[in-house]
Amino acid sequence: MQTATPPVLKDPVVQIRGAFPDAVQDVIEFRGETTVVVDPAHIVEICRFCRDTEGLEFNLFSDMTCVDYYPNDPRFALCYHLYAMFDNRRLRLKVYLAGDEPHIESVTSVYPAVNWQEREAFDLMGIMFDGHPDMRRILMPRDWVGHPLRKDYPLGYETVQFTFNYDEIQRQKPMAQQ
Amino acid sequence: MGIVSSKLGNMGVVTTSLETMVNFGRTGAMWPMLFGLACCAIEMISAESPHYDMSRFGMELMRASPRQSDLMIVAGRVSRKMAPVLRQLYDQMPNPKWVLAMGDCASCSGVFNNYAVVQGVDEIVPVNVYVAGCPPRPEQLIHGIMTLHEKVRGEHMSDWASPRD
Repeated sequence: MQTATPPVLKDPVVQIRGAFPDAVQDVIEFRGETTVVVDPAHIVEICRFCRDTEGLEFNLFSDMTCVDYYPNDPRFALCYHLYAMFDNRRLRLKVYLAGDEPHIESVTSVYPAVNWQEREAFDLMGIMFDGHPDMRRILMPRDWVGHPLRKDYPLGYETVQFTFNYDEIQRQKPMAQQ
Repeated sequence: MGIVSSKLGNMGVVTTSLETMVNFGRTGAMWPMLFGLACCAIEMISAESPHYDMSRFGMELMRASPRQSDLMIVAGRVSRKMAPVLRQLYDQMPNPKWVLAMGDCASCSGVFNNYAVVQGVDEIVPVNVYVAGCPPRPEQLIHGIMTLHEKVRGEHMSDWASPRD
């Protein structure tokens, strides 16, 4: 399966910093986990660099999640988790997005597995991915308005029915007649 | 069940009313439809399995097709995306049909008071019997089915039969 000689391992932070010196904003190292904070405009090139470079073969796309830091600006952050199967290494690429309806380029051309992850981020957080082959909602119904997992989306759904407000809630509840 | 006509001797004839016979037929073999959505489905399955046997009440078959079933046991949470599907399957069931809302999530959305879960399946389909519990034990589900059987036995033909014009 593998070649006879083991590949030469390279440090991903050093390589990315060397190839994209102005795109790397921050590097965080915490308990063995490496996070590289990059500029959103270069995310596709950096992902392709991580996947294709000799010695830096992050070929498994593990996960993509999204965070909403509501009162802070930049509001959203996308975390891309990459994994190299041959040497069991993990890398996190973090991207900060400002504004309430941010756009970012889709990474599906590099890692096809991110397809549904990006649909989920669009559905639940409202981040538009340009160049995505199939941008539509994945978890909520097709005609749903709003993005439920944002911090300013209401948490509950209906008023809880206690004895003192039983009748007024019962009047407004939609009940199927037939 | 009626008057055995003792004057005619032991002819093996029993008289009863048509309503009783119709309701006896309906309760005797009420086939449920496979509609286990979430955790309540496990309790429904274990109510069907030999320990808490439901086939002694005539419900041995669980029909996957709505066209061949009488009872829809909504077992579990109904999400907003699943709601039109549930309504479509309910519409595809032929009369007579009954709905049993099993568990807290089907009755009133249980612990899930949020955007994703339908707040009680009676928003979509008319429910005949509600079974509470999270999940209800198989004995509770069987008690709910017994309650439904009693309800069906008390039905009159004038409820659903119309005179032909």
